[in-house]
Amino acid sequence: MNDATPRPPDPAPRFPGLHRRGFLAAGTAAGLGALALTGCGSSGGEDGSGDGRPRRGGRLRAAFAGGGASETLDPHLGNLFADAARAKALFDKLADYGPDLAAVPRLAARWEPNARLDRWRITLREAVFHDGTPVTAKDVLYSYRRIADPKKAYRAKASLEPIDLAASRAVGTRTVEFVLKRPTAELPNVLAAFGAYIVPARTQDFDRAPVGSGPFRFVSFRPGRSTVLSRNEDYWDGAPHLEELEFLVANEESARVNSLIGGQIEYAHELNPTSARAHEKGGRIGIVRLSGSVMQAFAMKTDRPPFDDPRVREAFFLIADRRELVDGALSGAGEIGNDLFGKGYEFYADTLPQREQDLGRARKLLKAAGAENLHVTLDTSAVAAGFTEAATIFRDQAARAGVKVKVRLGSKDSYWQDILDSGTLCCYRSGAMPIEAHFSQRLLTDSTTNATHWRHQDFDALYQQAQSTREKKARGAVYGRMQRRLHTEGGFLVWGFGDMVLGTAEKLRGVEAKAPANTLDWARFDKVWLR
Amino acid sequence: MNALGAFALRRLLLGLGQTAAVVLLVFALTEALPGDAAVALAGDQPDPARIAAIREAMHLDRPAHERLLDWAGGLLHGDLGTSLVSGRPVTSYLSGGFGPTLQLAALTLALLLPLALGLGVLAAARAGGWVDRLVSALTLGVYAVPEFALGVLLISLFALHWDLLPPTAVGTSGSLLDDPAALVLPVVVLLSRPVCSLARLIRAGMIEALDSPYAAQAARYGVSGTRIRWAHALPHAVAPAVQQLARTVDWLLCGVIVVEALFVIPGLGTVLVAAVAERDLPVLQGLAVVFGVLTVLVNLAADVVAHRFTPRTEAAA
Repeated sequence: MNDATPRPPDPAPRFPGLHRRGFLAAGTAAGLGALALTGCGSSGGEDGSGDGRPRRGGRLRAAFAGGGASETLDPHLGNLFADAARAKALFDKLADYGPDLAAVPRLAARWEPNARLDRWRITLREAVFHDGTPVTAKDVLYSYRRIADPKKAYRAKASLEPIDLAASRAVGTRTVEFVLKRPTAELPNVLAAFGAYIVPARTQDFDRAPVGSGPFRFVSFRPGRSTVLSRNEDYWDGAPHLEELEFLVANEESARVNSLIGGQIEYAHELNPTSARAHEKGGRIGIVRLSGSVMQAFAMKTDRPPFDDPRVREAFFLIADRRELVDGALSGAGEIGNDLFGKGYEFYADTLPQREQDLGRARKLLKAAGAENLHVTLDTSAVAAGFTEAATIFRDQAARAGVKVKVRLGSKDSYWQDILDSGTLCCYRSGAMPIEAHFSQRLLTDSTTNATHWRHQDFDALYQQAQSTREKKARGAVYGRMQRRLHTEGGFLVWGFGDMVLGTAEKLRGVEAKAPANTLDWARFDKVWLR
Repeated sequence: MNALGAFALRRLLLGLGQTAAVVLLVFALTEALPGDAAVALAGDQPDPARIAAIREAMHLDRPAHERLLDWAGGLLHGDLGTSLVSGRPVTSYLSGGFGPTLQLAALTLALLLPLALGLGVLAAARAGGWVDRLVSALTLGVYAVPEFALGVLLISLFALHWDLLPPTAVGTSGSLLDDPAALVLPVVVLLSRPVCSLARLIRAGMIEALDSPYAAQAARYGVSGTRIRWAHALPHAVAPAVQQLARTVDWLLCGVIVVEALFVIPGLGTVLVAAVAERDLPVLQGLAVVFGVLTVLVNLAADVVAHRFTPRTEAAA
């Protein structure tokens, strides 16, 4: 993102990190296996059924809020949870995110960087597409070049930006060498990015007969209604327990709850916290809370008054009563935040003291900044659950510190673009991603969605330093410094982390709860079974 | 009859003009909405370069009037264009959503007529009696309940509490033959308000007609009460009711939005809501054409029918 590092003159780069990285990769894979096992065991045990052993067969019907008649099965085009869940059933990525958002290998068996971290050798595992052809290095390059097509706007394009795809090449049938534009220690995060799926290296009509390497094969697709898939017996990660999987679209939350209670579906994605509370004790349906799924924040524009004064930003940090926000706006379905993204994720600075409400100090800071009787407009919209509630709660909290907040309700269809450059204060939300990705997408000078307008050369330099640091511990220390800075004077007032709430039928087992939305074990239907 | 033909033709031409106006209005209003299809598609990733690329891919970078003219040109060849979001033809959206909505609407209408007529005549026959009072109170009460609330209530009682009917149509194709039980509650909800308004209109018309001098004269000539009611008073009461019925058909076509969302029926209402959220103009315009043409035709039919029943009242507008 800063000046592009010149490519090394050595045409045959050495891979000094091979053994260590290989070991690391294997270690994470084994760790993941163990985790999946304990996950299954515990959910069986929690239900008190005593039968934790997976049963083969059956058809699972899963309802998501969807994109209506415009839906597509093109895995690179997806935007919604429904798209992501379908894509991961049909396709694989080279890597995916574990429960702490650290990348774990998937189609990539292992990855080894060179000493400068700007050339990575990816070795693919032995896997086949649904039509029997093997997954090769050519398919990987084809898929990434398709995503990066400058004429298209695939979502993962920005994530793949560090890779110089023109210079990257297939070294063997199952080995790819990625040439990077600059040292990128977190390349595995890029390989796990949302939408970076591997498709066969040939044009195909994704809506009629998509061919992937995922745990389920395509059966039928009716946009906006249903997608039917069946078990892929040859799946490299073990064939799914389910015989068939059907994705259904139900946009109304009440319809998802009702059809679950009525036995029309077995899995309902994204329920309201109030529904969760109503049914948690009822026993007719199971409630699974995926904690750490959604960061909830207020974004302050740090480049304009009043928030260009760090004292005002700190005062706002001190105005927020986070517990009240979580209880009120999220109906208690979540935990409080500490003005940092990624609580519970790898590299999270959990040693920093939890910030508490301190209205007296907030008043003092505002006075010192010459911002008494401050008037601020807070942009919000019904675009995400809890936004409008959070805005009104914060307005009342700010009033107690003498700040007049005016809540402005915006259009939900264009909200994210509206708040990117205009206004001064807005409700903000983020799904799960590695802390490093949060930095690169939102907090660097040339970040594409920098909603807090946080642009600092020294912060950019720290990011680049981390990306050039091979040692994980040393890298973590750099991320720690960056987070301390953000905690002191950043633009995100992170007040909470919301749960993603799932509803499950009584007979559905093996749903992993330690899996923030969009991580590997979220919506992972190859590991669940019907009792 | 010739006069009727000329009248129908005049109305048809006027209707075509109205449809064109509706399409223009839809285009203008959607253009006026904040954000376009590119912004809606970019969602929480509003990277300006990405939005620009999407805009270019969708040809949204061309001026609005050019896009409208292009679309209108295609329409003359029967081509409704392709969706901005998926690239699939608009006709596939319309044909996909039309079946379920038509089935809902047709079933509702088929039950609506006998129910409303029966209730209206029954109430009017014993005007002031306890049957009339009961029917009147009931129709007024049910009419006051919004569809959404009634739907939620019926689902909780009949589907979740007593387990008699499926709570939604999720997983069915939305076809009547597929799973008729899933359509019971949606049709009941759709019926609830039109039945009430129509029955009340028919009751009022009947009472007025039965009080009229010609009904009294018929009675003096020894014509039976049943015959007066069904052959003389009812046609009089039907004329205003037909107008109301036409409006009900319009309402059914558009007003199914709530019912479709509540019961997860993938009809035109669902397509409409999604198209607005996605700013998918070609799909919206296609829907406007379909709704416009249908509305014109239904109202034309209603006018003709009203004309037939009461030739003297120059076909109430």
